[in-house]
Amino acid sequence: MGGRAARIVGLLALIGVACSLPFILTNFRLFQFTQVYIYAIAILGLNMLTGYNGQFSLGHGAFYAIGAYISAIMMDQWGVPYGWTIPVAGVLCLVVGFLFGLPALRLEGLYLALATFSLALAVPQILKYFEHWTGGSQGLVLSKPNAPFGLKLNPDQWLYYLTLGVLILLFWLGANLLRGRVGRAIVAIRDHHIAAEAMGVNSALYKSLIFGVSAAYTGVAGALSASVIAYVAPDSFNVFLSITLLIGAVIGGMASISGAIFGALFIQFVPNWAQDISKAAPWAIFGVFLIVFMYVMPFGIAGALRLLWIRWHRSRVALSAEPRDTAATQAPRTT
Amino acid sequence: MDIFIQQVVSGLATGGIYASLALALVMIYQATDVVSFCQGEMAMFSTYICWTMLNAGVSYWWAFLGTLAISFVGGIVIQRVIIRPVQHAPILTIVIVTLGLLVIFNSVAGWIWTYVQKPFPSPFPSKPFKAGNVVFGAHDLGAITVTLVVLLCIYVFFQFTPLGLAMRAAAHNPVSSRLVGIRVGWMLALGWGLAAVFGAVAGMMVAPNLTLEPNLMGGVQIYAFAAATLGGFTSPGGAVLGGFIVGVVENLVGTYVSFIGTELKFTVALAMIIVVLLVRPSGLFGTTIVKRV
Repeated sequence: MGGRAARIVGLLALIGVACSLPFILTNFRLFQFTQVYIYAIAILGLNMLTGYNGQFSLGHGAFYAIGAYISAIMMDQWGVPYGWTIPVAGVLCLVVGFLFGLPALRLEGLYLALATFSLALAVPQILKYFEHWTGGSQGLVLSKPNAPFGLKLNPDQWLYYLTLGVLILLFWLGANLLRGRVGRAIVAIRDHHIAAEAMGVNSALYKSLIFGVSAAYTGVAGALSASVIAYVAPDSFNVFLSITLLIGAVIGGMASISGAIFGALFIQFVPNWAQDISKAAPWAIFGVFLIVFMYVMPFGIAGALRLLWIRWHRSRVALSAEPRDTAATQAPRTT
Repeated sequence: MDIFIQQVVSGLATGGIYASLALALVMIYQATDVVSFCQGEMAMFSTYICWTMLNAGVSYWWAFLGTLAISFVGGIVIQRVIIRPVQHAPILTIVIVTLGLLVIFNSVAGWIWTYVQKPFPSPFPSKPFKAGNVVFGAHDLGAITVTLVVLLCIYVFFQFTPLGLAMRAAAHNPVSSRLVGIRVGWMLALGWGLAAVFGAVAGMMVAPNLTLEPNLMGGVQIYAFAAATLGGFTSPGGAVLGGFIVGVVENLVGTYVSFIGTELKFTVALAMIIVVLLVRPSGLFGTTIVKRV
């Protein structure tokens, strides 16, 4: 399989480029790329749920907030090293997500969207309410960790590598999960849950399980963001965070793993240049992109790239006068 | 007891506002099977239009009517231009498009009118109205009246006019309606227009209490969701009643349950939505939709 080898070489080259960035970019740019990786993890989590499993979540900012606050409270109140807070945040979010997924089983489509949207609206208030733990609307100020093992890296560079490492690990795990038996089961549930159940897929179990996994990914992203930004405050976890994550998933490409990266790049860098126009412009541009994408590229950047690749491939095949591969003309459902 | 009555009345006033927005949501849901997430922001935008007219020196009630007219046209235009192309797309697509509209309205309002909070006038006298020991805010009573008048108008429109009948028919059975000559596409657009009008009423009635800013309707929208869920997304009357119930419950809980107060108001709405969806997903008055698979 030449395609597979080329793919691995391409991936390794990408990782190589990512590893060399800290020696090329300024600390501020590096911080932005760290943010991109954090968003990518969160978006992959959302994509598992909404893209692969077809359950809407307009409230994933809530899990991001839970992850961030678990990490921040552990560091701030109990002096736990930041490294330990990340897996703990992931596991706790897994549990919370699984528990939220149980009632969500009864809510289909729009109603789930409604419930999660309300959750997203309520989160800042809930965070402010538990003032004793969360520091109220002031938030919690943390300190950036230094590089361990005497590595000669400044905190920004170290956090960059840490986030990159977590990203690679989670994407590898996620890809294996989604391409294996579990992945096929959750896609089958999305496409036709009755048929899936008839095939012996335990729909309820898989749906709440994927809710948990999705929440865990987003929670880990939140925990990383607490360390990277070194500050958590309730109002940064408002409903617009949830919408941002959804925008990333949609623009990057629903039901696509690589789409999470494209989406994260989009939500990190597009507002930056839009901000030059007006403080309000980023959201107007987000909104316009969101609607335009729904019309012209419903499978996002990843889907469009894949479609282009298939067309290019087909034209080559057509040139060598072989019969057309009609299966390849269909729009990609999963990547 | 006086405090109780007072809270109930002011709950009814906010409830009327929720009822208007909930009715807007239900109208759109009935016509197109979509929950519109941009309804609150459209209402906020209408309120800003009214504010601009008032600042230009137009008298209150003319500005009020003018805003309703602009909102009506705006709602129709949005449906025809933006929603119609994705009408038959998967639900997720439509939800995302309405979310796109939400952020566009929110940011454009911030762009045009800035994020500074603006006082919004009430057309009613500021002097409170006394009945015995109980004091009612004049704006509260006025808001209840305005809501009831609007609801009455809409009831008459749907029950007793040919156009209202055609709209109900289009929502109920689009295929048969088209066969008897109803222009279903336009009926749906009219539905969006009317929904925008209800939203505008809600926005203009709530703004004097909250001061006008681009995030004016976030809280109102979550309560309107709660109201529509409670009453049932398939029942306009239920949604209105749900609005009043939610308004009163919100106020009473805020007054009498000390640990909630005003700080956890959204959480109360969230809890209401989730409980209703779990216990009776079709709402109090909704009909369960049975799908053939």
